[in-house]
Amino acid sequence: MGKGSRLLPALETALWPLMALIAGGLVFSLFLLVQGKSPVEFFALIWRAGFSTAFSWQNTLSRVSPLLFAGLCVAIPARLGLMVIGGEGAIVLGGLAAAVTGAQVALWPTAAGFAAMALSAVCIGAIWIGLVGLLRVRRGVNETIASLLMAYIASALFNHLVESVFRDPASLNKPSTLPLVDTLRVGMMPGLQAHWGVLAGIVACIAAWALIDRTRLGFAARITGDNMRAAQVQGFNVAGLIVGFTALAGGLAGLAGFYEVAAVHGSANASLISGVGYTGILVAFLARHNPLAIVPVAILLAGFEASSGLIQRRMDLPDATILVFEGCVFLIVLLSETVQGRMPALWLALKGPSR
Amino acid sequence: MPMKSTLSRRRFLTSTTAAFGATALMPFGANMARAADGLTVGFIYVGPKDDYGYNQAHAEGAAAIKAMAGVTVIEEENVPESTDVANTMESMINFDGASLLFPTSFGYYDPFIKELAPKNPEVRFEHCGGLWGEGDPANAGSYFGYIGKGQYLNGIVAGHMTKTKKIGFVAAKPIPQVLNNINSFLLGARAVDPTITCQVIFTGEWSLAVKEAEATNALADQGADVITCHVDGPKVVVETAAARGCYVCGYHANQSALAPDLYLTGAEWNWAQVYTDMVTKYMAGETIPNFVRGGLADGFIKMSPLGPAVTEAAAAQFEAVKAEILKGGFAVIKGPLKDNKGNVIAAEGEAFAEDDIKLESMDYLVEGVIGSTS
Repeated sequence: MGKGSRLLPALETALWPLMALIAGGLVFSLFLLVQGKSPVEFFALIWRAGFSTAFSWQNTLSRVSPLLFAGLCVAIPARLGLMVIGGEGAIVLGGLAAAVTGAQVALWPTAAGFAAMALSAVCIGAIWIGLVGLLRVRRGVNETIASLLMAYIASALFNHLVESVFRDPASLNKPSTLPLVDTLRVGMMPGLQAHWGVLAGIVACIAAWALIDRTRLGFAARITGDNMRAAQVQGFNVAGLIVGFTALAGGLAGLAGFYEVAAVHGSANASLISGVGYTGILVAFLARHNPLAIVPVAILLAGFEASSGLIQRRMDLPDATILVFEGCVFLIVLLSETVQGRMPALWLALKGPSR
Repeated sequence: MPMKSTLSRRRFLTSTTAAFGATALMPFGANMARAADGLTVGFIYVGPKDDYGYNQAHAEGAAAIKAMAGVTVIEEENVPESTDVANTMESMINFDGASLLFPTSFGYYDPFIKELAPKNPEVRFEHCGGLWGEGDPANAGSYFGYIGKGQYLNGIVAGHMTKTKKIGFVAAKPIPQVLNNINSFLLGARAVDPTITCQVIFTGEWSLAVKEAEATNALADQGADVITCHVDGPKVVVETAAARGCYVCGYHANQSALAPDLYLTGAEWNWAQVYTDMVTKYMAGETIPNFVRGGLADGFIKMSPLGPAVTEAAAAQFEAVKAEILKGGFAVIKGPLKDNKGNVIAAEGEAFAEDDIKLESMDYLVEGVIGSTS
């Protein structure tokens, strides 16, 4: 069979998302043409607003951090064969935990204060999504539905707590928690208009990749994802893996909440419920649940979203345009899942009789 | 849409390759042209600009600016109160050359405008909401209107039109501005008939159509026959109430088109006048005060024209009270007044003017309002 067939699967892995992106772009171009708008102008504006100038990059990078964590929150459980789509819940509760802790530790040394805030955010997130894993293991509850419904509960809980017990009495018309002191605000990375959460997110992606692809634990998780029965037969602690990996995913989503509060908002309020957890689903799928691929995909999607405003203003298209575009790509990605892994077979079939 | 981009769009359609180059160059050319032409003003809305509510009220104001000579208006809707708004503001400054911005949602100010204003000293940031305080950036400012008296006038008409003596209020969150509107609505109705009660339902969100519809239906089920609201987009409340045969009083913008027969009147923002004044001043090189507020008498607020169902008696009292308000010195929250838990709010002879700082921290519902702030 030779070299070609060994290279093809690797090539295919990288090629599919790219092809899905292009195919999604083509489908969306048709949609634009039907609306009487120029696809060329659309993609030129994405380039211009998302990637062409220093300001575009600043605009793009400022959106990347939560996308990285939200993508991981979907991708990590996905490697175990679990579809967790409610990372949003862990993000908002993690943010709340960070804000409330931050108000308590205002007088602590800075490093200890940050550690306490981050830790509480990670713990709450881990408990929230870990609970989804536990429900799956103990009660056989479908994790997709459980996590989605729990995201709604999380938002309601968040609003209730921010508007009652944790409300800063001075925040009259926009209920918020007590503002963080300046020493507990995460700053910008030197020379970049992007906060440290971006770097933390990239580090988290690399660590998650190492865990899944380079450790025995990750191997057990991948086996579980491929065939749960087989993993059980092999004596892997499947229940422990499921709870542990969902908790890890939730902890990372909680960290996204920590950075949103400490780097962007300075307190927890309704602005934290932004839906970025749901964009994370698209990030993870486009990255095919590979943590390393999440980094470029998150940057790409952040660039799409960064261009939304300019597209709205220049092309007179509604703000949902970018969502429609993302939806087209997502649909193609899902479709392509059905043909994935068949390229070598196709290759052989083409070669046909020579075999 | 500025002329330039319309032209270049046409060019796109004819030649795709040339178009790439054109877009790349366009913003710079456009910037220079605008700098020579006059002023580019950016408006940012938190929701859709045709929401029949808060955002539409601002968009109507923006439309008034568009008609001014030498002014280019750029708009962006559905911008969340997060990093998004910071990016949108910077994008308007960098790509469109905007030098006067109206980010119109309450949550845009802190931290986003406060952080961006010092970095862009040549740009003026005008924020709706009354948050500017001493020590804040000098190139930022706040404007807001006292709309409580609009709800008081709504209440006067509602008081005449209700047969069940029960009126209803669909409210977003129990914050001071909303509570003031609820209290004003009931006090207006009680100025007509002191036995009237007002049931309030809080939905918990500024924009949550399903709950707004449920709340409106619940109010109708409980016998309320005049309904008003304070949510970002009153469309759902107005349509649901009208479908149940209730009279409706509007809020934020004019919703009479949604319920032509049952719409009584409404408390509307008059941003067209406020914005025209501000932009005129700005273009003349005058300084806009950092803190601008006003009510019905100052033209910040207006009332929707009375609907066809409004009786003569209701119209007469509405006009009389409105005339009195326009004269100045009229107070809605005045003694003797208790809250609905029996605590004294104002003693006999005590009155709070609409700009009284005490009303800014209102945390009670007055006697006659059925509902709770927590």
